[in-house]
Amino acid sequence: MTSTKKAASPALRAQHFLHENPWVSPLVLLVLSVAVFTLLNPAFAQPRAISLLLQQTAVVAALAVGQTLIILTGGIDLSVGAAAILGCMSSALLASQHGLPAPAAIAVGILIGALCGLLNGALVSRLKLPPFIVTLGTLSVFTAITLMLTGGSTVQGRDMPEAMTAAGTRIPFLGLDLNVGILVVGLVYLAVGFALGFTAWGRRVYAVGDAPEAARLAGISVSRVLLSVYIVAGIIYGIAAWVLIGRAGAASPNGIVDANLASITAVVIGGTSLFGGRGGVVGTVLGALIVQSFAIGLTLAGLDDEYRVLAVGILVIAAVAADQWIRKVRT
Amino acid sequence: MTVTTKQPVLSAKGIRKTFGRVVGLDGVDLDVFPGEVLAIIGDNGAGKSTLIQCLTGALVPDEGTLELDGKRVSFRRPQDAKDMGIETVYQSLAMSPALDIASNMFLGREIRKAGPLGSVLRMLDRKAMREKSMAAVQQLGIRTIQNPGQRVETLSGGQRQAIAVARAAAFGSKLVLLDEPTAALGVRESGLVLDAIRALRDRGLPVILISHNMPHVWEIADRIHIQRLGRRAGVITPSSHDMTEGVAIMTGAKTLDTGKE
Repeated sequence: MTSTKKAASPALRAQHFLHENPWVSPLVLLVLSVAVFTLLNPAFAQPRAISLLLQQTAVVAALAVGQTLIILTGGIDLSVGAAAILGCMSSALLASQHGLPAPAAIAVGILIGALCGLLNGALVSRLKLPPFIVTLGTLSVFTAITLMLTGGSTVQGRDMPEAMTAAGTRIPFLGLDLNVGILVVGLVYLAVGFALGFTAWGRRVYAVGDAPEAARLAGISVSRVLLSVYIVAGIIYGIAAWVLIGRAGAASPNGIVDANLASITAVVIGGTSLFGGRGGVVGTVLGALIVQSFAIGLTLAGLDDEYRVLAVGILVIAAVAADQWIRKVRT
Repeated sequence: MTVTTKQPVLSAKGIRKTFGRVVGLDGVDLDVFPGEVLAIIGDNGAGKSTLIQCLTGALVPDEGTLELDGKRVSFRRPQDAKDMGIETVYQSLAMSPALDIASNMFLGREIRKAGPLGSVLRMLDRKAMREKSMAAVQQLGIRTIQNPGQRVETLSGGQRQAIAVARAAAFGSKLVLLDEPTAALGVRESGLVLDAIRALRDRGLPVILISHNMPHVWEIADRIHIQRLGRRAGVITPSSHDMTEGVAIMTGAKTLDTGKE
């Protein structure tokens, strides 16, 4: 222990640096993958592919913000996609069949997301049930309610007021083809990034995930922080639901089947520790972009989708292994 | 027992705490007076940590009463004791290793910026928290800590402990409790912590110290409360009894002549 202090090996120093700055490794990985995919097919660096990358990343990136908050507390949310779809379908049905004005329908969608978060949060923080089991259960519950409400049918964009699909409205920017949804997701990132980094609530989220007993002894109500995190995550899922309707131009109960795994993947590749207390949203947006760049890059390179699945699987394991290594630093 | 005109800062009477069938504390009395260091010693399982937790709201006693400055109080949560000016340095340190020194110092009582940035956006005043952290650390004569933005996990055990003591000193207006503050430390680092405790006492703040380290106890304590099998075996002072006698009472090899104290 004491001898390592004097002559820190380069590996040790790298470990320390990555430990202090968990977003650096995903950034390096993103730059590397962009470089490699561009070499394989120059079309990857064209505005068209980049626009597609951003459009396709938006929804998962938004869900992954909520997921990041929950994972920072040492939890996990398997119900993320199901909650978003429940919010999405409820607002779509209210707007199309019950004539609710779009803003009200969108607000109801966000409220339903918040209620889903409230349910998860209450079970985790009050009944002290493990988040994995709670959200595994609510994943089924939310999915079942969605199917009961919709009968499994899709609500087409043309049957809804225009504002319901407004997230898909194009915004040309520097030759890129952006949209309102990307902008909204960007704002969500800014807001959550600010809250985590610059408010007492953010400090407490980290403390609760890193050392819950220490947080409790410091006078923090751990269960209140947990509950707030799940509710905030639910609100973000509700916002993501609206972005999803805009992206798809319709509301489908099968909209984002694998959102839970996709969002967890983005968070983990983004350098947030599954043990809680370490990481943040900067890493998550990079993680989401990495996953999507693999999808687009490998397609452009002429490879089939199974190679993307394979690559993402390897990435996740590598990211968790890297996290284990980096966490060993504690002096 | 002792006849004293001074009023204890904190006085516990008949504290009892059971865990299922296990009796942790079996009716313990404890008094701590202004400006003294009261050490609590006892064998493993004698109830030292349980006692300290009952005094700070980390555990709620089944029976018994607590008086702070002569007034009945009852602590249901650690926050209740904190609100009354009682600060504790726990054996587990109660620090979040991933957060920096200033964030840990102010964990649970963060300072917000003045004006709308603080009231509307709830933005933290990092600068103020860092400055106050450094001031608190320097007040205890701790010189090895220079950067309040440093993460706690990069600190040595002694430095972490010193930060924990500084935090308790900064917020404790009535009493500071320390649970095994020198347990995992080397000689030099222990010295750092003992000096910090002396600095606390010199400011008139009473200190309750739990320790296994008899030389440290005899070096720094004004009075020594000996805990044995969930009860108070007696109270001695470093001048009335030497270390060997103290340990003998602690292990039951000798009983304290209650008439003598």
